[in-house]
Amino acid sequence: MIPGPFAYHRPQSLAEAVALFAAHPEDGRALAGGHSLIPMMKLRLATPEHLIDLGGIAALKGIRREGETWVIGATTTQAALIGHEALPAGLPIIGETARQIADPQIRYCGTLGGNVANGDPGNDMPALMMCLDAVYHLAGAKGERRVKARDFYLGAYVTALAAGEILTAIQIPAAPPGHGHAYEKLKRKIGDYATAAAAVMLTLEAGRIATCAIGLTNLAPTPLLAEAAAAMLIGETPDERAFAAAARAVEAIVAPTADGRGPVEYRTKMAGVMTRRALARAVARIGA
Amino acid sequence: MNEMSETREVREARLQGLGCKRKRVEDVRFTQGKGKYVDDLKLPGMLYGDFHRSPYGHARIKRIDTSKAKAVPGVLAVLTAEDLKPLKLDWMPTLAGDVQAVLAGDKVLFQNQEIAFIVATERYIAADAADLVEVEYEALPALVDPFKAMAEDAPILREDIKDKTTGAHGERKHPNHIFTWEIGDREATDLAFREAEVTIKELISYQRVHPCPLETCQSVASFDKIKGELTVWGTFQAPHVVRTVAAILSGIPEHKIHVIAPDIGGGFGNKVGVYPGYVCAIVASIVTGRPVKWVEDRIENLSTTAFARDYHMTAEIAATREGRVKALRVHVLADHGAFDACADPSKWPAGFFNIVTGSYDFPIAHVAVDGVYTNKAPGGVAYRCSFRVTEAAYCIERAMDILAHKLGIDPAEIRMRNFIRREQFPYHSALGWEYDSGDYHTALQKALDAVGYSALRAEQTARREAFRRGETREIMGIGIAFFTEIVGAGPAKNCDILGIAMFDSAEIRIHPTGAVIARMGTKSQGQGHETTYAQIIASELGIPADDVMIEEGNTDTAPYGLGTYGSRSTPTAGAATAMACRKIKAKAQMIAAHLLEVHHDDVEFDIDRFRVKGMPERFKTMKDIAWTAYSAPPPGLEPGLEAVNYYDPPNMTYPFGAYICVMDIDVDTGVAKIRRFYALDDCGTRINPMIIEGQVHGGLTEAFAIAMGQEIAYDEIGNVKGASFLDFFLPTAVETPKWETDFTVTPSPHHPIGAKGVGESPNVGGVPAFSNAVNDAFAFLGATHIQMPHDAWRLWQAAEALGAQG
Ligand SMILES: Cc1cc2nc3c(=O)[nH]c(=O)nc-3n(C[C@H](O)[C@H](O)[C@H](O)COP(=O)(O)OP(=O)(O)OC[C@H]3O[C@@H](n4cnc5c(N)ncnc54)[C@H](O)[C@@H]3O)c2cc1C
Repeated sequence: MIPGPFAYHRPQSLAEAVALFAAHPEDGRALAGGHSLIPMMKLRLATPEHLIDLGGIAALKGIRREGETWVIGATTTQAALIGHEALPAGLPIIGETARQIADPQIRYCGTLGGNVANGDPGNDMPALMMCLDAVYHLAGAKGERRVKARDFYLGAYVTALAAGEILTAIQIPAAPPGHGHAYEKLKRKIGDYATAAAAVMLTLEAGRIATCAIGLTNLAPTPLLAEAAAAMLIGETPDERAFAAAARAVEAIVAPTADGRGPVEYRTKMAGVMTRRALARAVARIGA
Repeated sequence: MNEMSETREVREARLQGLGCKRKRVEDVRFTQGKGKYVDDLKLPGMLYGDFHRSPYGHARIKRIDTSKAKAVPGVLAVLTAEDLKPLKLDWMPTLAGDVQAVLAGDKVLFQNQEIAFIVATERYIAADAADLVEVEYEALPALVDPFKAMAEDAPILREDIKDKTTGAHGERKHPNHIFTWEIGDREATDLAFREAEVTIKELISYQRVHPCPLETCQSVASFDKIKGELTVWGTFQAPHVVRTVAAILSGIPEHKIHVIAPDIGGGFGNKVGVYPGYVCAIVASIVTGRPVKWVEDRIENLSTTAFARDYHMTAEIAATREGRVKALRVHVLADHGAFDACADPSKWPAGFFNIVTGSYDFPIAHVAVDGVYTNKAPGGVAYRCSFRVTEAAYCIERAMDILAHKLGIDPAEIRMRNFIRREQFPYHSALGWEYDSGDYHTALQKALDAVGYSALRAEQTARREAFRRGETREIMGIGIAFFTEIVGAGPAKNCDILGIAMFDSAEIRIHPTGAVIARMGTKSQGQGHETTYAQIIASELGIPADDVMIEEGNTDTAPYGLGTYGSRSTPTAGAATAMACRKIKAKAQMIAAHLLEVHHDDVEFDIDRFRVKGMPERFKTMKDIAWTAYSAPPPGLEPGLEAVNYYDPPNMTYPFGAYICVMDIDVDTGVAKIRRFYALDDCGTRINPMIIEGQVHGGLTEAFAIAMGQEIAYDEIGNVKGASFLDFFLPTAVETPKWETDFTVTPSPHHPIGAKGVGESPNVGGVPAFSNAVNDAFAFLGATHIQMPHDAWRLWQAAEALGAQG
């Protein structure tokens, strides 16, 4: 568990970072919190020759409100998401999800940007970002562009990020007033990735579900947006029968792999169970 | 200080002797990060070794090319089996009478087996070069299922011994067969089964797990060419034996080998054996003339150095309809991996598995164990248990529950009906052991009362009805385990390692000021020996524990001993400590009598002094006596005050305990929540209740991990799965249940202070308590036996199979 040789760079500005990537288009790799990348380097599954540490770029850090959205700098740590003065009240599901990532030590280093740019289906934030309909801000030698989280994930470790492109910020629509939310994650222990997890955001109107989005973690090569399941809930009374139907729709779209967390059949069923529980808890929160 | 007016309580308390919750003295350095572990060692000119390992579980090696690795700047040597052959070190003997490849030459027999050892000036360079060793393989079919090992068409693993029809433990029935070990009366047992009113039979598997100490195995070897001396620092639970083995293997005289075990970060059996890394570091140091360090990483630790368990036990009980046991019959299929590297006393290829009659009065029993080779890592160590005792305890405690279930008798009641009674001790078991002491009925009753057992059963009945009515998706299980351990190996008459009797030793020296240094042949890996041995000395000699320094692990200074594992330190070296103290005390009595000018029969020991009988104001403290021993010893008496004792225990000790686990299982996810865990331990005399509690907490946490998730599994082509912390279940503080501890005290009649050893009881008793709770939870749905590990997906599958999934 010793990484191969690499060169280390620590740019102080975005422009400097973009230039470094332009100089090393094939073998440059962004380093944020290092808590996904460095373990892979230790196993020599990743062997970047140039590590470009984004930690020195002040402009990539921080959380701010911009109109009806939140803009979160890519290198904002997962701990900062939990500790921020306004975000937990405005968009509580972010903190709820962040708390279920690994353990405090990892969250002090691990960043939101690294978590969503990594492309590992086991990461928790990507499914949440799809559920929240977040937009990723990307910068590269060819300039800046924006990509929706819902269009970003192409396969396991394959994303819309082009070689040499940097994720600079994540923009998330503010939550509607009176919304219900829940992130339900089944895992073997602290520090484990999800056996199955579901993110739910919804609103009610006159006792019926008015809006709903469901994101799913670690149940396919990419995070999933359970569109059909969410759509069939609209207009329904939020009860166990409706939730069970949505759970079945979720089970129909997941494609987990068998691993130490369990066989395919189990993980498929757990996708349904987590969805049901997340829906019930989201609704209960509105009631409370 | 006025020694006259102090009360006896004050004098007693100052000693911090037996029974005192003395804080662990070693924690002063451990909690400040000031422990000195092997990897802290940095010697001038030190080199680093790393292995190139096999990606295959079973393959023939066609060619090894080390030229690219050797060409890396900073690489000084690359060793292969070819290089070790002239030194006769390409193979090494194991503790179990087999041989093990140090570096694979012709064949690899398990994934990650060692093939080449790269020695370089930096760890990073060694790792880079390890990747550049090129090996050409011819893949062979892998044998991973022990049940297929002796099939006619099974691939033959050990070509080196394929024609040997006898091994170290008798006849071999198949090239993949290692031994059959039998004990008990087969005919009488078979007869009892034929005549039995009721019988049960179940295959009870105990999966392959790993002791997984936080510090991995490591060593530094330094050969001094001028003096011809070899020094080896290493993570050794038994440093003296390592030195003897090194002398035999290397031909270097034993007195010119210095083996030092510094602080050790957990062992649990993983650090008993000798591994290729140690041998290669030694050879590399001899070859290069420089010190060589070898440090295992986590994956290497979990996938190559000694695993534990992998016992597949078919247990049968014959009983009456009232649930009185009549006979026990067990057959074990033992998966030993590619080499038989079990760490058991030489004559015991299945350890002390014949403790499998447990706490029950079985009139007759028979056990047969077949060991087989598979394409898995070698080992089979006693992971926080005496040799194969946790397997035995798991087997009998599950089997008793299965019998209870079949007869509709409560699991507590069936145990009460069959316990060995207090008046039966010393008790001779059907499989040959002499249990020293016990009071099982009292212990179990205390446990049942403490948890409110009958109320728990009533709650369970109500909850089962609610489950059936569809009002809850949770099921409740109550698991009882009542274990009897056999520890403290052991008496020379039946225990040896490579021919060396399994005694242990203590050497105690009192200095003129009354301060003490004591050294033992054991080696703490976290058990707190520096604290507890000092407490024995404090009570025996009346010298405050704080004035006693304990040292272990340096073969140059410590007396010879067999090391620490199998809960043997207190039963053996602890006994030696008390006995050495008593020699010193006898001399101290002579000195005191001389100083007090009375006959030595007229003085008596009193806490921290000798006093004249009937005249408590006339006394000499141990401090006075120590000073006199060096300044003005009585005429005719040697100066000085020290003693050595080598203690050959007359018998093993038999700690026991009653554990109760209450658990709720969510059948929709298979997630089990431990609601309550109560552990009553009887380890005889309690030296330090706080350390006992700590040992119990640690052992229960391991038991929890084993029962509820740990597994080293292999896929069908021999790839090891789960050999990292991503998958290998090491619970954090969040998952770990809260432990309630309790005790009874039944001293060992043959141990000088009545102590029995406790380090391993919680692992031994904990595993069946968890597993019985799981099985108890599912019993009302029709389950008989659900195999471990009880992780969420397997419990979900169990629920599914029993039709509990809506
Ligand atoms: C023991 C352990 C348990 C864990 N458990 C969980 C868990 O339960 N859930 C979970 O979600 N995560 C988990 N993680 C991962 C953790 O959250 C990581 O911190 C996170 O996945 C990656 O963020 P990072 O800042 O550490 O990124 P890094 O590891 O530095 O980078 C990850 C990847 O993203 C790229 N990258 C990073 N930042 C940018 C950027 N701004 N622009 C472009 N590319 C970028 C890197 O090049 C790299 O490929 C765990 C990690 C560990 C070690």
